[in-house]
Amino acid sequence: MKRKRLINISKAIGKYLFRVLTLLLATSVVAFVLASLSPIDPVQQYVMGAGAVSMEQREAISEYWGLNAPPTERYLNWLSAILRGDMGVSILYRQPVAYIIADRFINTFALMMTSWILSGIIGFTLGCIMGIWRGKWVDSIIKRVCLVLCSVPTFWLGLVFLLIFSVWLGWFPIGFSSPIGIADSDVSIWQRLYHLALPALTLSFISFANVAMHTRQKLVDVLESDYVLFARARGEDTWTIMKRHGFRNTLLPAITLQFASFAELFGGSVLAENVFSYPGLGSAVSAAGLNSDVPLLLGITLFSALFVFSGNFIANIIYGVVDPRIGEERPHGQAIGD
Amino acid sequence: MCHDNLPLLEVDNLSVSFRMYDKAFEQRDLKVIQDLTITVNKGEILAVAGSSGSGKSLLAHAVLGLLPQNATVGGRIFYKGRPLDVENQRKLRGSEIALIPQSVTYLDPLMQVGKQARGADKSPKRLRRQREVFQRLNLTRQTEKLYPFQLSGGMARRVLFSTAIITDAELVIADEPTPGMHLDQALEALSILRELADKGKGIILITHDIDLALQFADKIAVFYAGTTVEELPVADFAKGPGALRHPYSKALWHALPQNDFMPIEGFQPYAGDLPEGCLFAPRCPLKTSECEAENPPMRKLRGGKVRCVHAS
Amino acid sequence: MDKQLAIKASGQRFGFNRRVRTVIISIFLLGIIIGIFIAGIFIGDDAMAVDFTRKGIRPSWEYPFGTDWLGRNMLLRTVKGLSISIMVGTVASAVSAVLATIIGIAAAMGSKWMDSAIGWLIDLVMGVPHLLLLILIAFACGRGLTGLLTGIAVTHWTGLARLVRAEVLQIRSQQYITISRRLGKSTGWILLHHILPHVLPQFVVGLVLLFPHAILHESSLSFLGYGLPPEQPAIGIILAESMKYLTGGMWWLAFFPGITLVLIVILFDKLGENLKTLLDPYSAHE
Repeated sequence: MKRKRLINISKAIGKYLFRVLTLLLATSVVAFVLASLSPIDPVQQYVMGAGAVSMEQREAISEYWGLNAPPTERYLNWLSAILRGDMGVSILYRQPVAYIIADRFINTFALMMTSWILSGIIGFTLGCIMGIWRGKWVDSIIKRVCLVLCSVPTFWLGLVFLLIFSVWLGWFPIGFSSPIGIADSDVSIWQRLYHLALPALTLSFISFANVAMHTRQKLVDVLESDYVLFARARGEDTWTIMKRHGFRNTLLPAITLQFASFAELFGGSVLAENVFSYPGLGSAVSAAGLNSDVPLLLGITLFSALFVFSGNFIANIIYGVVDPRIGEERPHGQAIGD
Repeated sequence: MCHDNLPLLEVDNLSVSFRMYDKAFEQRDLKVIQDLTITVNKGEILAVAGSSGSGKSLLAHAVLGLLPQNATVGGRIFYKGRPLDVENQRKLRGSEIALIPQSVTYLDPLMQVGKQARGADKSPKRLRRQREVFQRLNLTRQTEKLYPFQLSGGMARRVLFSTAIITDAELVIADEPTPGMHLDQALEALSILRELADKGKGIILITHDIDLALQFADKIAVFYAGTTVEELPVADFAKGPGALRHPYSKALWHALPQNDFMPIEGFQPYAGDLPEGCLFAPRCPLKTSECEAENPPMRKLRGGKVRCVHAS
Repeated sequence: MDKQLAIKASGQRFGFNRRVRTVIISIFLLGIIIGIFIAGIFIGDDAMAVDFTRKGIRPSWEYPFGTDWLGRNMLLRTVKGLSISIMVGTVASAVSAVLATIIGIAAAMGSKWMDSAIGWLIDLVMGVPHLLLLILIAFACGRGLTGLLTGIAVTHWTGLARLVRAEVLQIRSQQYITISRRLGKSTGWILLHHILPHVLPQFVVGLVLLFPHAILHESSLSFLGYGLPPEQPAIGIILAESMKYLTGGMWWLAFFPGITLVLIVILFDKLGENLKTLLDPYSAHE
């Protein structure tokens, strides 16, 4: 039985991996097409600020970048370069794209994980509180707060936090993930955390509402289920019911949801990083777009898609491994709720 | 003990209604149980019979205090002579009053069934007891480690059944415990209930399998449209329509396969659409104008109770 | 006399029939939104008027939202910005909702191959973070209004498309559709007479509930500099501009435009929920 389940799960994972592969490929095509559609001339962008550049020199750059080749060929060249690990050179930063991504991803990863964990814990706790006291005043207050938070643009919340904590209270710096004028290696972990705090707080505030509302919904379903009714019939009190049935049945969907929310997390980090001038992928990608830095824009797009698909992939695996129902065939026809 | 001659459970004129919103958002009360009266003594199995929608399961939930928030309960319930209020219900359920629920959905889908059968009690004594009961019910040791979705219908029923037997409850309310079990399994389950009763416990056996009930029960309460129409010793049912008191009970008797297999005409009225007066009147062959005045009270008759002005 | 009777007849407990009340609230919400939209159209150039004699004024009776560093009236700019947001949001979500309905119906009515292709497409759109896809599309269109509208329309249809697909699948399996088919009705006829009327409520509610997302993304994109040109007082642009002046203590430049945007988003959300209750009373009990 165990072996069979393992095989079933592996098969599902294989299938999913194949899907991810096709999706990544498609993402690269879409991103490439979109980037080449742009009316902005990359050569013009590149030579801007370089003084007088003759037509011949421009032509040489075009030739060097392969811009004169037909689109399919350009795409294939680009793709094969990426597969060999060469993502090109950023026009904006004049550094290899792979290097910039690696460098900035550490910052973004710290930011996203902090707020991911924070929003997960806050959201799940609030969701449980709402679920247990559903229909009571605690529930309606938190619910209202969550609904309002869903309507707040990330960047505006960032601005408000900036106003309150940096401008008025003076607790936090106004920007940059490390203090200016100090070499990167000299920055202590505390200083990093200090600069991370506000963007992370902003990002967690934007996403915990979603977790909280989903957890509430799930917990209400659980608490109004027949098996919880039966648990009450057997004399279990609310806390025992939460311990035995509530967490067991809500934690898994909540964690899955958190892993599946990487896309929104990434989008949020673009905004939060811009508000707080935090040097991560998000501020890099918006700068890349504004400055027509196509290699960097494409590189980060592909990277973020990979990141999102990994999140979904982990979510699927967790569900498959932890939930005993996945990957098993039902032995007798009518076993599940008929 | 001076309480010994008191009934274990006495339900007196119980009524249950739900506050509902209909399509136009109008609020109204939906009366689903009214004037429901039953008595369970120690050492007795009371079978509760009636078609679906007659309020059988709600009775179980009302006794245990498990009705949803929008329910209003009227009437009185006594357990060992003391009123069964919210506080008492909380104290007694699970320990003195146990429920055998009626479907697999009453098992947590993500918990191994052995753990569920034992409940919140983690003592070794409880574990031993659970294994004994599982063995008695022909559930193998491996069953403990299975999740509900891995059980067959009959196995799930037996696991549900075991939950009440594992406790030392004085009163067991079994809500349709046998459907899905094979006949021999059902007979085994019911004989366990019989043994419990013979040890002095009280059992309410909610069922629509009157045949099985006749074999094991002491008394039958017949439900119709959320009310009790008759409470009678089981022997009377075996004797045939002549010994029965209420026209609906007689109709039930005639509907049994081994008798005439003749279903009664018409439909049980829906809650919210109940007739004035006697609830059975619209389908009753004995109906007179008297019946439409008010729902007749329960009265004693020939060692049983009946809710009919014409019964004799 | 008649009036009293009418009130009594329409429901005793609430004084008002809940349905009627929901309709009135919806009309009220819609009224506010349309009001702001129209006000924005009439404001015109006043929102851009520079006046250095009144720069940096704190919120007061004369200038409830204060003025900025160029002496521009922030109230006028905010209303104009909201009006732009409502316009962009309406167009983008309308296009997106139509797209979603067509794709959803196609997935449910088409071949199995079509269904899985659309499922794959949905995964693709959801796989790239929305904001990044928006940046890419805005980049492709050379920024400005076209890029903004295209981007939002192209990225927001997925959720509603799934809903429509599920709804159509459910209707399709119903008895009367099968009977219609046996009677020789064409797919187009069934689509028009059975499927579309059922999908319409989903479409309307989905459309209104798309607004909040569309508006939030519009302002985010404008904030990042990809949306409307900087001379347009879109909320995102107002807020992006304000950032330079926050350290100087001009908090009102960020506070009021933002909070009114939040209010508009909530208004749309409430309107959507109300419509949901009206069109589908059973689904909206919670």
